[in-house]
Amino acid sequence: MTFRSVCRTLITVCLFAGLFGCASAPGRDPRDPFEPFNRSMESFNDTLDGAVLKPVAMVYRDVTPDPLRTAVGNFFGNLSDVWSTLNTAMQLRVEDTVINALRLGFNTLFGFGGLLDIASEMNLYRSPADFGQTLGYWGVPAGPYLVLPILGPSTVRDTLGRSVEARGDLVLGLDHVPTRNSLYALRAVETRANLLRASSVLDEAALDKYSFTREVFLSRRQSAIEAQRHRDEN
Amino acid sequence: MNRRTWSARLLVCMCVPAFALGAFAPAHATVEGPDALIKRVATEVLDTVKADPSMQAGDMQKVMALVDTKIMPNVNFERMTASAVGRFWRQATPEQQKQLQTEFKTLLVRTYSGALSQVKDQSLSFRPLRAAPTDTEVVVRSEVRGRGDPVQLDYRLEKADSGWKIYDLNVMGVWLVETYRTQFSQEITANGIDGLIASLAKRNRANNAKAG
Repeated sequence: MTFRSVCRTLITVCLFAGLFGCASAPGRDPRDPFEPFNRSMESFNDTLDGAVLKPVAMVYRDVTPDPLRTAVGNFFGNLSDVWSTLNTAMQLRVEDTVINALRLGFNTLFGFGGLLDIASEMNLYRSPADFGQTLGYWGVPAGPYLVLPILGPSTVRDTLGRSVEARGDLVLGLDHVPTRNSLYALRAVETRANLLRASSVLDEAALDKYSFTREVFLSRRQSAIEAQRHRDEN
Repeated sequence: MNRRTWSARLLVCMCVPAFALGAFAPAHATVEGPDALIKRVATEVLDTVKADPSMQAGDMQKVMALVDTKIMPNVNFERMTASAVGRFWRQATPEQQKQLQTEFKTLLVRTYSGALSQVKDQSLSFRPLRAAPTDTEVVVRSEVRGRGDPVQLDYRLEKADSGWKIYDLNVMGVWLVETYRTQFSQEITANGIDGLIASLAKRNRANNAKAG
């Protein structure tokens, strides 16, 4: 199965699960009609994370020397700058696009393929942007909140954006399968290791982790999109 | 997310020293501005944590004491709690209001300290304040820079007789009070105000046990 068809199946499954789960509880958040499904998906993710990804990420954090971790982070960050550049361009953010493109150029050419982040040293900071955000910028509504298996919090719109981006993913596009799989796994572990602190803060801050995560995710997405629209008005 | 242009940045670099020299003359007699207050307190706290190895090693009691003495005096905690509890606040007895404040404060100091103890090589950068001198409510915008993406950190402040007070905090585009309002109303709808107090207390006990 291609990633695309996986995504399509997921969306279908999610939509149906949501429809069947719609019967209960008044006073539910209108942005989250699939709450029962999402909750069970989140607890599935948490179990999986606790059993596999988190322990691996902790070991990775503890055994990897700092410079190496920075290099790994920089490398994947540089790859993500490709998509960010395209998306800031599609959101007509001229200055952010120029800076993102400069970052990409400098880091790829002079930073050994992105292992060094010399652009940040030059005060050229990244403006992350993704396709879901671009869709939002052009007025596509977020749609219902959706917790995806393994990938976590999302919305229907962002899932769509993600599936489009996955087709252009530079790591997933590699022909050499062992390299592709290793890089894919390394990226997942690196990402999770970066979130270790955040997830421990989240654990301590929330009364109900599910609704807390949902609130944080939705407000963050919304405010990032609104900031761009607001900028256009000024 | 707006980023200033290079030329603007250059201009700022040149103008700030000139302005600072010019501003040297007027005395500090007036009330400290909201941006100056945030800048002073945040820098002080960050520098203290950076300079103290035991705080970075996770001495939570010490970090919490720092937050308590440096930051909390500049926070209007009653307003913060009241707006997080929302419409239920008026239904709460004075005793319940007091308990809500105590438990919520413990929770926030604890989580804030947890985040603070992770500070290593980060630095703060402030955006220029966009407010009229007559404004009594302002937003001070800043960014924490370090490894990885810059983290947006904004503060809402109100002018009180004793100076400016913080009443809400925005981390990465998420307002704290709003986030807790959903949590709180969910709990109150299910278990009432006492239920919320109990669940806050339970959360705090669990956090404390983890701190060891």
